[in-house]
Amino acid sequence: MNNPVIEVSNIVTCFGNNVVHDGISLSVHEGEIYGLLGGSGSGKSTLLKQMIMLLRPQSGEISVLQQQLSNIKSIDAAILRRRWGVLFQSGALYTSLTVAENIAIKLKEYTDLPSKLIQDIVRMKINMVGLPETAASLYPAELSGGMVKRAALARALIMDPELLFLDEPTSGLDPIGAEAFDNLIIELREILGLTVVMVTHDLDSICNIVDRFAVLGDKKVIAEGSLGEVKNTDHPIIRQFFGGVRGRIREQHGK
Amino acid sequence: MRQQEHAEKALIQWVKNPDGLISVTSSGNWSNTRLTVVNKQLQQFCKENHNISINWDVSAVTHVDSAGIMLFINSYDLLKSKQCKITITGARDDHKKMYHLLRKYTIKDTATAPPISSHFLRPLNSIGQKTVAFALDISAFLAFVGENFINLLYSIQHPRSIRFAAIIKNTEEAGVRAIPIVALTSFLIGVVIAYQGAVQLEKFGANIFIVDMIGVSITRELAPLITAIVVAGRTGSSYTAQLGVMKLTEEIDAMRTMGFEPHRFLILPRIVALMISLPLLIFFADMIAIAAGMLISHLHLHLSYSEFIQRLQTAVDVKHVWIGIIKGPFFAWLIATVGCFRGLQVSMSTESIGRYTTISVVNAIFLVIACDALFSVILTELGI
Repeated sequence: MNNPVIEVSNIVTCFGNNVVHDGISLSVHEGEIYGLLGGSGSGKSTLLKQMIMLLRPQSGEISVLQQQLSNIKSIDAAILRRRWGVLFQSGALYTSLTVAENIAIKLKEYTDLPSKLIQDIVRMKINMVGLPETAASLYPAELSGGMVKRAALARALIMDPELLFLDEPTSGLDPIGAEAFDNLIIELREILGLTVVMVTHDLDSICNIVDRFAVLGDKKVIAEGSLGEVKNTDHPIIRQFFGGVRGRIREQHGK
Repeated sequence: MRQQEHAEKALIQWVKNPDGLISVTSSGNWSNTRLTVVNKQLQQFCKENHNISINWDVSAVTHVDSAGIMLFINSYDLLKSKQCKITITGARDDHKKMYHLLRKYTIKDTATAPPISSHFLRPLNSIGQKTVAFALDISAFLAFVGENFINLLYSIQHPRSIRFAAIIKNTEEAGVRAIPIVALTSFLIGVVIAYQGAVQLEKFGANIFIVDMIGVSITRELAPLITAIVVAGRTGSSYTAQLGVMKLTEEIDAMRTMGFEPHRFLILPRIVALMISLPLLIFFADMIAIAAGMLISHLHLHLSYSEFIQRLQTAVDVKHVWIGIIKGPFFAWLIATVGCFRGLQVSMSTESIGRYTTISVVNAIFLVIACDALFSVILTELGI
């Protein structure tokens, strides 16, 4: 269970003169839920985008599922893209398609399953992520924020990916919805053997579901490891993060 | 490694034992891209068999995903419903786990209202739906016009609440900025009319009547109509898009909560501004189009400018010019009201801005032409 699924080594990223990453290295192991943390502008979303081949780093190497991204062939990239699912922060559902069509689109394009079977799979996934069955025929504009997230998760899961990327999955959800979402991800990981990489700010998520995480700051990885390991790292940013009011309240509740 | 498993296909075989028991063996990789053949075989199998015992061995399945499990669940349920006894053997633990997970979330086919499928009924159904939608659209438009009128009355009673600055800004946007494009189109219309007329009139040696033709047709019909169409495309669409974006970004809701009635702050100034601009633009278009006609008459029919102007004074009554200009406010009201109405209908998605902008322009142009036809009939009946 411990082979690295994603290995990031010595990433350097600049936008113009603004250096975002200066030598970032981390690794995600198979079957774990891995968090990317950091303040605004620390480049966590950028790093995520580099992992899913939306952006290229200036230098350094990222390998995902044993494929090196810097010199990947387009055919390998196409196969790789089918092996992962991505949940964007705002859902990024296609507004011209219904929820069911959004979820089904990858199955429709990449497999030749009969449409009846695709419908069954879609309905099962809709149910799995906790959407009501009636949501299937709605358009994304008619959904609430939480429902958009769930529909987007169902879309990311439709091909049974080995790897799931989540960009702030619980932002914009109410605490109850966020917890349900966290539990869902744990359940899916247990059963489907998913490896999950998530960008998050949510302290609850970090404490409850993330196995290991990396904290980005000062253009570097400040700390990487489980919650206990990271908390013991002596760095001002980490002290701020876990020593702030929210962090202390959590401490008092004994978590 | 999963990579290697990806090379194989999903397989299924069955043998009929002498005692009537059927042994089914499935093997290979049951993941979504490899199920095509198996799916057909299974359908065949389910169709042929009922009321029998089946022993289904799944131990040789190397990999399975939701599509594979779903296919299994569907076939299993179908066979069960046909009174088959099924025993599953050799399922791996992770496959079992996955089966139970998916089973938990699988939705039984519920009896939903069947969609209307008859070829005879479907057109009627769609006609009915469209008619209802049309009626609702009309009533929403009338409600909008009514609300607008109430706000107009309020503004007249409280002249200090009139947004003069907004009216002037919108007049500049809809009127002054439209001058170049109106000049260009009306110049071209003048050229076209003069050319077509000149060719025909030259045959009869009735060159001088080109002036009557240009003068009356341009001022009475063409300049108002062409200007209104240009303005509908230019200003009507921009009203829809502006208000649509404000609706999407909840600016309009914000205004309402602050007590700024959007009708008074956004819509009336736009309507009034266009009702001021369009007659002026029509008059401007009259001049440009007649000048273009004059130029072509001179070049093509060798009619001197002074002859043209002299003939124009006797041939064209001022009433034609007035009729053309009077149409302006009516057209402007239609364009601006439809544009604002459609803008406020935009909801939720960015896509709907585009849709409503298109609808607004199409509606506005149609209404302008219909209104023009109405004017023609009424004025002709009145003998003007």
